[in-house]
Amino acid sequence: MKVAFVLNGAAATWTGPPVTRLAAALRDDLGLTGTKVGCDAGDCGACTVLLDGRQVCACLVAVGQVEGRAVETVEGLTGGDGTLARLQKSFLAHGAAQCGICTPGMLMAAEELLRQTARPGRGEVEDALGGVLCRCTGYTKIVDAVLAATEPAPMVTPVVAPGAGAAVGARLPRVDGHAKVTGGDVFGADGIPADALWIRVVRSPHARARFTLGDLGPLRRRLAAVLTAADVPFNGFGIYPEIKDQPVLADGIVRYRGEAVLALVGERATVLSIRDDEVPIAWTVEPPVTGIDAATAAEAPLVQADRPKNLLLDGGVRHGDAAAAFAGCAAVADGVFETAFVEHAYIEPEAGWAQRVGDRIEIHVSTQTPYMDRDEIANVMQLRPESVRIVPTACGGGFGGKLDLSVQPLVGIAAWLLKRPVACVYTRPESMAATTKRHPARISAKFGCDADGKLVACDVSASFDTGAYASWGPTVANRVPVHAMGPYAVPHVRTWGEAFFTNGPPAGAFRGFGVPQAAIAHEAMMDELADKLGIDRLEFRHRNALRAGDMTATGQVLAHSAGLAQCLDALRPHWRRAHEAAVAFNDKAGVRRRGVGIGCMWYGIGNTSMSNPSRIRVGLSPAGTLTLYNGAVDIGQGSNTILTQIAADALGLPAAQFALVQGDTDLTADAGKTSASRQTFVSGRAAEGAGKDLRQQILRLANAGSDAVLSLDGGKVMVRDGAEVRTIDLATTGALVGEGTFDPPTTPLDANGQGIPYATYAFAAQMAEVEVDIELGTVKVQRIVAAHDVGKAINPTLVEGQIEGGIAQGLGLALMEEFLPGRTENLHDYLIPTIGDVPLIECILIEDREPLGPSGAKGVGEPGLVPTAPAILGAVHHATGVRARRVPLLPHRLYEAIVSLKGTGA
Amino acid sequence: MARPHAVLAGGTDFYPARVGRAIEEDVLDIGAIPVLRGISSVSSGWRLGATTTWSDLLEADLPPLFDGLKQAAREVGGRQIQNAGTLAGNLCNASPAADGVPCLLALDAEIEIASSAATRRLPLDQFIIGVRHTALAPDELVVAIHIPKPAHEVRSAFLKLGARRYLVISIAMAAATLEVADGRITAARIAVGACSAVARRLPALEAALAGTRVDGHLGDRVDRAHLAPLTPIDDARGSAGYRSEAALVLLRRLLAGFAR
Repeated sequence: MKVAFVLNGAAATWTGPPVTRLAAALRDDLGLTGTKVGCDAGDCGACTVLLDGRQVCACLVAVGQVEGRAVETVEGLTGGDGTLARLQKSFLAHGAAQCGICTPGMLMAAEELLRQTARPGRGEVEDALGGVLCRCTGYTKIVDAVLAATEPAPMVTPVVAPGAGAAVGARLPRVDGHAKVTGGDVFGADGIPADALWIRVVRSPHARARFTLGDLGPLRRRLAAVLTAADVPFNGFGIYPEIKDQPVLADGIVRYRGEAVLALVGERATVLSIRDDEVPIAWTVEPPVTGIDAATAAEAPLVQADRPKNLLLDGGVRHGDAAAAFAGCAAVADGVFETAFVEHAYIEPEAGWAQRVGDRIEIHVSTQTPYMDRDEIANVMQLRPESVRIVPTACGGGFGGKLDLSVQPLVGIAAWLLKRPVACVYTRPESMAATTKRHPARISAKFGCDADGKLVACDVSASFDTGAYASWGPTVANRVPVHAMGPYAVPHVRTWGEAFFTNGPPAGAFRGFGVPQAAIAHEAMMDELADKLGIDRLEFRHRNALRAGDMTATGQVLAHSAGLAQCLDALRPHWRRAHEAAVAFNDKAGVRRRGVGIGCMWYGIGNTSMSNPSRIRVGLSPAGTLTLYNGAVDIGQGSNTILTQIAADALGLPAAQFALVQGDTDLTADAGKTSASRQTFVSGRAAEGAGKDLRQQILRLANAGSDAVLSLDGGKVMVRDGAEVRTIDLATTGALVGEGTFDPPTTPLDANGQGIPYATYAFAAQMAEVEVDIELGTVKVQRIVAAHDVGKAINPTLVEGQIEGGIAQGLGLALMEEFLPGRTENLHDYLIPTIGDVPLIECILIEDREPLGPSGAKGVGEPGLVPTAPAILGAVHHATGVRARRVPLLPHRLYEAIVSLKGTGA
Repeated sequence: MARPHAVLAGGTDFYPARVGRAIEEDVLDIGAIPVLRGISSVSSGWRLGATTTWSDLLEADLPPLFDGLKQAAREVGGRQIQNAGTLAGNLCNASPAADGVPCLLALDAEIEIASSAATRRLPLDQFIIGVRHTALAPDELVVAIHIPKPAHEVRSAFLKLGARRYLVISIAMAAATLEVADGRITAARIAVGACSAVARRLPALEAALAGTRVDGHLGDRVDRAHLAPLTPIDDARGSAGYRSEAALVLLRRLLAGFAR
């Protein structure tokens, strides 16, 4: 059928089956990839477009239905001359786009509103944007941006263009932001060559089974290839060099529901038309090992045959004599806390494509870790690492979930064998079933303090369900014992972490590596000890906060930058106000009760006791193009901008003069993975070094002193040293390249967990105000005040964005998110917070300078999330008396706890 | 119409059921048939065309009888779903948690069904007969929803409980239509959704409310025994016991709200 309609104001036609989704027609045939697909089910709103001026999900509209109608996409917002619309400018100025995958949908939803309502209120903005999910921003800056766009002209837009030496600390708009607000950014599914073959992965419907493959001949005749385990040169991958336990394609045995069994490779329509029941797989289903108890039962079947007791690994920290010290404590609290599998729910499902270029394989993919991908693909395909090129596309959210391989080996192997470009884009249910999750945890905690409320001893054991394969399980099990006592000085410590294999989805890296789970336990203990001694919960924490000069439980003396006490000082006036407000509200007896809670955290920046170097280069070409060669992937958190700001000031030229090359393993050096909150601290320090190195080279060429002022104009660098100006002609000198490296100084932990696991730590305290409906068990978080010691805020807007986004995820962890294999594999059964769930957030940035960091900066990516759930759960306790032992605290769980508390007469 | 086919209107249930696979079945797209869309006042009451969207309903000038249904419309998905999703589609999809069903039950809605041969009408509670199951024959289409004109002044309301704001599948819902004369209820129609395979009216509660005064005590008249028609289940969104309690609380709040 031929469909004629008006597209962004111009006549357009499209020919094909009228039942085709409008989103697919726009993206695949009309070349408008600004409209993003996050779920194909109307659950995420990323594909929101306007149809006759009304917002609709383009994934739910039959293209036949747009005949004669007007369709507007994000591409239509930008003026014909390329100028941004007011709304787009406002998004850019306010930092409303992080990864950018939801941005087109947000913009179109807001556009509908602003055409109908000139000056909407906050509630109207929330109603209008309520159908678009964002996993990065916590929505705060999106609402701000929409409201600001409606202010009477001239719009008050903070256009920030800092001059030389003034970039660090400035609210510079994202250097890569323009493409994110125009729909021009190219994500994993956006740049696939038209002639690419497609892969559809056939996955296990069973959590534990053996299987045999029947005759694949008939399928192979319809397809370019059907890949099986036999096609994978080295059929094992994994994060740790010695644990390559996850097959690319299962070989006769599957260990979790969603595990990849076969890859169907062919024309896109063909692979999508083949149903699973046409694929000859004979299953012998076995009872799965579900949960930690089943994995550790005496006669438990083994998930991996060579892993006795289903144990991945264990270990801990011992300092002093905790067992003996409890005897002398004035107050002791203990409890057991459980958490669920949590899904990253980035709005961009895994996607990418590969092509063989001679004897090299080139993979374009949404990833957090191009160099690890390169080395892993080399191993899987048995190629030299130099034969693999990873080109990161824009990454539509990662949060740890795109640190593991997904589509990479499949498209790589298929493209290699078939010598044609091959693409794979996961569906939403596939993304949710197949990829890693946050580790479910069971944490037993016991803390004791003296009569003055000073902590004396703690004993924490954390057991993790690491699912079917190791992934980042060792990282979680190692990191948690170091952090499990919380950000407090405790003389006698015993902590323990252990991870067990089950037939659950592989649990891997997810913002915080187990520390958010542990924080729920230690913060509940702080509340209980404070309550037992009648000490204010904030003051109790203040009394025990780790400070510069204190020794941690691993025996590390914190020489600098331990700003928890300052964070708590900053919260104190808010804390008092909130308590007074809650008391006043609760005096009016009703079915709604308010409470105030607090959560604290510390977080080691970078890998635990392991080298994690970054190398950054800054190049100046003979034509005068200044380029940051940045191997650190910006997954929305803003490292492209942060590293540019740092390098600019180190060099002494304006940030605006920088071009950017990001992530491509052929063009940049290894700056490690975007994880462990390390890019600002580690790659930032390397960027600082690169900028300084280039500056030194220029100063030497100009024979100028260190205070000289640089300026760049075309192929000439002017060096003003006092009254004298020297000009360097880059055409004469040739290209200049500055390079910087940094690897944070750590030491290995000994058998008792003693050593220096991290070079520096972030600290934070957050305060939550909640209102609980005690008849329904629902919790409305009303306000969060977040005080974070970030060392130095290189870009306060981006730092706030990390905190606000972390808070939204922490809220989800506390109240709604629970991944159940086979049951919550979509974004309507698996709930993440919407724009209506995230409260007002106030960020307070504490800058307790870290001398090792660039301009004193540390990391903030994960810390934003860690204290949120404890603060919310503490507030629920304050409101109701219920101490949550299991999260998410779904309405029915809280309701049942309230009822049972009443029953006990407590 | 003879061959098996799927009916497509707003697409908000059609496409989510077809994620990641080719759409190869026959599809009858009724989205562009003008007579099927829109709300009209007729002598017996109101006719809501089958492809009338939630947004059409919200923007229509309608009496307080429809306040509850409009409240439900605001809780269906996000704006995108409200702009595309149709009232009849919500019924034909026959989800236990369909947001439109409790209100339409409380409005005594009748479903007009047509085939090429004949037209018939069914009360809503005979139209949806199970989870994802309706009385629609393969060659039939829903043409319209009819709402009868009540005898007296009417007030209506709706409450929904979900685990988040926006885009949420209900844990429980309650809808009420009260006909009022001289401050007393002459007829009550109450329905609860997401607490049984198909949303259910609560006849015992309706009987208990008949003749009572609309005042601040209205909510107190709800008794646990009134919930007997409900058969809530345990699922990821809530336990059966919680659903029963929530239904009770929602009903009490819903009725108490009429006094304000």
